Amino acid sequence: MSIPISMTVNGKQVSKSCPANRTLGQFIREDLGLTGTHVGCDTSQCGACTVHLNGDAVKACTVLAVQAEGAEVTTIEGIGTKDDLHPMQTAFRACHGLQCGFCTPGMIMTGIDLVNTASRDNVELGEAEIREGLKGNYCRCTGYQNIVRAVATAAQQMED
Amino acid sequence: MVAKNIGEPVLRKEDARFITGKGNYTDDINLRGQAHAFFVRAPVARAMITSLDCSAAEAADGVVAVLTGAQVAEDGLGSLPCGWMVLSKDGSEMKQPPHPPLAADRINYSGEPFAVVIADTLQQARDAAELVEVEFDELDAVVSVADAQSGPQIHPEVPDNTNYDWELGERDETLKAIENAHHVTRLSLVNNRLIPNAIEPRAAIGDYNSGTDEITLYTTSQNPHLARLVLTAFVQLAPEHKLRIIAPDVGGGFGSKIFIYSEETVVAWAARKLDLPIKWTADRSESFLTDAHGRDHVSEAELAMDENGNFLALRVKTLANMGAYLSTFASAVPTYLYGTLLAGQYKTPNVYVEVQAVMTNTAPVDAYRGAGRPEATYLLERIVEIAAQEMNMDPAELRRKNFIQPEDFPYQTPVALEYDIGDYEASLDKALAMADYAGFSARREASVAEGKLRGIGFSCYIEACGLAPSQVAGSLGAGVGLWESGEVRVNPTGSVTVMTGSHSHGQGHETTFAQLVASQLGISIDDVEVIHGDTGKMDFGMGTYGSRSLSVGGSALMKAADKIVAKGKKIAGHLMDAKSEDIDFDDGEFKVRESNLSKTFQEIAFAAYVPHDYPLEELEPGLTEKAFYDPANFTYPAGTHICEVEIDPDTGVTSVVKFTAVDDFGTIINPMIVEGQVHGGIAQGIGQAMLEHGIYDETGQLQTGSFMDYCMPRADDLPNFDVGMTTTVCTHNPVGAKGCGEAGAIGSPPAVINAITNALGVREIDMPATPLNVWQTLQNATHEDARGE
Repeated sequence: MSIPISMTVNGKQVSKSCPANRTLGQFIREDLGLTGTHVGCDTSQCGACTVHLNGDAVKACTVLAVQAEGAEVTTIEGIGTKDDLHPMQTAFRACHGLQCGFCTPGMIMTGIDLVNTASRDNVELGEAEIREGLKGNYCRCTGYQNIVRAVATAAQQMED
Repeated sequence: MVAKNIGEPVLRKEDARFITGKGNYTDDINLRGQAHAFFVRAPVARAMITSLDCSAAEAADGVVAVLTGAQVAEDGLGSLPCGWMVLSKDGSEMKQPPHPPLAADRINYSGEPFAVVIADTLQQARDAAELVEVEFDELDAVVSVADAQSGPQIHPEVPDNTNYDWELGERDETLKAIENAHHVTRLSLVNNRLIPNAIEPRAAIGDYNSGTDEITLYTTSQNPHLARLVLTAFVQLAPEHKLRIIAPDVGGGFGSKIFIYSEETVVAWAARKLDLPIKWTADRSESFLTDAHGRDHVSEAELAMDENGNFLALRVKTLANMGAYLSTFASAVPTYLYGTLLAGQYKTPNVYVEVQAVMTNTAPVDAYRGAGRPEATYLLERIVEIAAQEMNMDPAELRRKNFIQPEDFPYQTPVALEYDIGDYEASLDKALAMADYAGFSARREASVAEGKLRGIGFSCYIEACGLAPSQVAGSLGAGVGLWESGEVRVNPTGSVTVMTGSHSHGQGHETTFAQLVASQLGISIDDVEVIHGDTGKMDFGMGTYGSRSLSVGGSALMKAADKIVAKGKKIAGHLMDAKSEDIDFDDGEFKVRESNLSKTFQEIAFAAYVPHDYPLEELEPGLTEKAFYDPANFTYPAGTHICEVEIDPDTGVTSVVKFTAVDDFGTIINPMIVEGQVHGGIAQGIGQAMLEHGIYDETGQLQTGSFMDYCMPRADDLPNFDVGMTTTVCTHNPVGAKGCGEAGAIGSPPAVINAITNALGVREIDMPATPLNVWQTLQNATHEDARGE
């Protein structure tokens, strides 16, 4: 059974119908064709599918598309453009915070949420806090060191 | 040779698409009218299929077809072969069972596919798979490597479940040396089974064009040409020129995407059979169950020394688990990538190794980051560490004493390899300084004062990379050549398109290779585009594994670039009325020696494609060159890793507080990328040493089948790593590079375990040293001490 849903994705209003059991991740990838959001597991463990739902990071494999009715969704495609990158995107490149690139969109979306949350709660974002904050996202390539550096670098720039 | 761009930490060209979500991975591709495949897999590890009824599934909503192992056999699809023939001691060929892409009558491991449902949507295919009626006559499974040879026989072709009984080195001399030695250190150890887990699951899309009778297969491959060769020459899927394989962006491999698996074979076959594009993407459970696993050795070793700690002989006996079938390169991993490395960095005059490969009812085991070399390094660096304990010597100094010295190169080991160059003491000294070994005892005291235990551990590793001379590999049983191809295609405007047979799935070839070619041609790296991973675009290539891309693939590109310069000189000579021998090429300009005449690279490129003033009688127009490079030897990256741990004795929780890696990779093109490779390798090595373990229960059910029960390192499990370099330039390839992709995973596990045993004051602990394992080991040691008193 298809259920009509509408939401705002990357600033654009979208209205579609989809089955009730379709995840937000599937909806973004299959129905909207936004393939930057990746699916790396089926147990909400890897974080590759992380997107923002009403400003908070969520794993899109663990939210049903119908639960996002009326919500504002931001994906990796919505945070910056090639010529006007988000500071988190710039920092991942500058710090060599990615190798195969598959976990990267989820890492960037988690990183942005981490910085925003720390800033909102007035928490200092040191290395330990960044490592703690990234532990819902797997990377098998980098050993995390440069990802941690990238988030710290971006945090500085997002504050400035 | 060292030119602009070489050695610079240039930011990666490929990042632009990955950080904006514009990567193009296999699952991102959707073809018009595609159907979806869902594989029906055995829930048991060993069984006969007594009945299979697909009629209900076939009648389900949206189902296009349900295909079975019987249909695969009817269509004449061959077995998935193992590509490396290993001979036993008695000269007999290894025993290889057939590996049908879909099981027809027998199940040999849990998760083995025996049918595939093709439907309009994935949901429909998945739902219909539930309707497949199958009955099994379940048989006792063979699971543990130690019991494999005495268990029920899995394949009629493989008596005693043993594929081969291989040896290398001088047996009699080694045994004699051990018998007469002052001291012999003995060790039994297990190298734990690992599950690779690239974050991108495997995927495949088959597309058939009945007009051209051509199949295009998009798939997550580290070596698309090899996949095409196997699928055409051996599996007989199609004629080689009628199968195009595209491996677009690939999200990590670590070896697991080298191999040719059932799923891509079936998807390509079904696409033609049904004349329909068919897509399959593994879910993570399928990755755990069916991606080739790694390691899984049980070994015994003896190291003989004289009274001064000089190594006299090493003897090793290993049982290597192959799983239920021989995967694509499985047979080579515990032999030619393992036994050959057992000399390590040491001048041990006698080394003898015996390896028996055995089959079990588990997923196939094949190359995983390091492939054989981590197993060799773990064994050797553990026994050397214990030898130092037993000889009451400093572990660093015992190693130093036995190092092959710089003046010994080229050095012929007793296990077939000839090391070309190295300086092991330089790496050790630099690592000792970076790790502040001198300050360790003070740090240990400080830890003890806080009720903690602290330990330090060493690992001096060597690996053989850059696979490798084709003739040598062929004489040892390789079914393929091991060269690499490269093409430098200069466009009329002077920009350059580079084609390589290597494949990048995270290693950054688009940047490193662009730096290499740009520096050779004196142009900007922005004017170089590197293309890989498409059998329809580039010449046959061997792909990426064994840290071979730069040393072999990069060398091919250097040769091709040299040909471009040579032809450019002829064109320039004609245009400037000079002999080509009198033209120098420097920094992108062709200059007539001892004159002020010059032409830019771009002018020469234009002249080659617009040959209005051009020596057409002597020279073909155009400016594109190819090269195939077959290495003269393996390369031998080596280095020292030092790990320092702190342990809470109450909980067993172990923190890696400092990790130092000093590596010699030869010439480095991009140090930023190289350090990143080292970081990732160490993370996987620490994962093996402390967290990861692929476990089957006694019935062959995978107990660690998801990220919830297989523990991979997360950001807060790891420290920052201190990475340093020393350099001896590889003597036999034009780049001077040795390879860096696997070193971290090879060097780190013994360093971690040696640090933990050092902290606990025990002789042995098995990997993974989880908090429970560490705590239990400490309890046992304490009780033994108490009993001893």
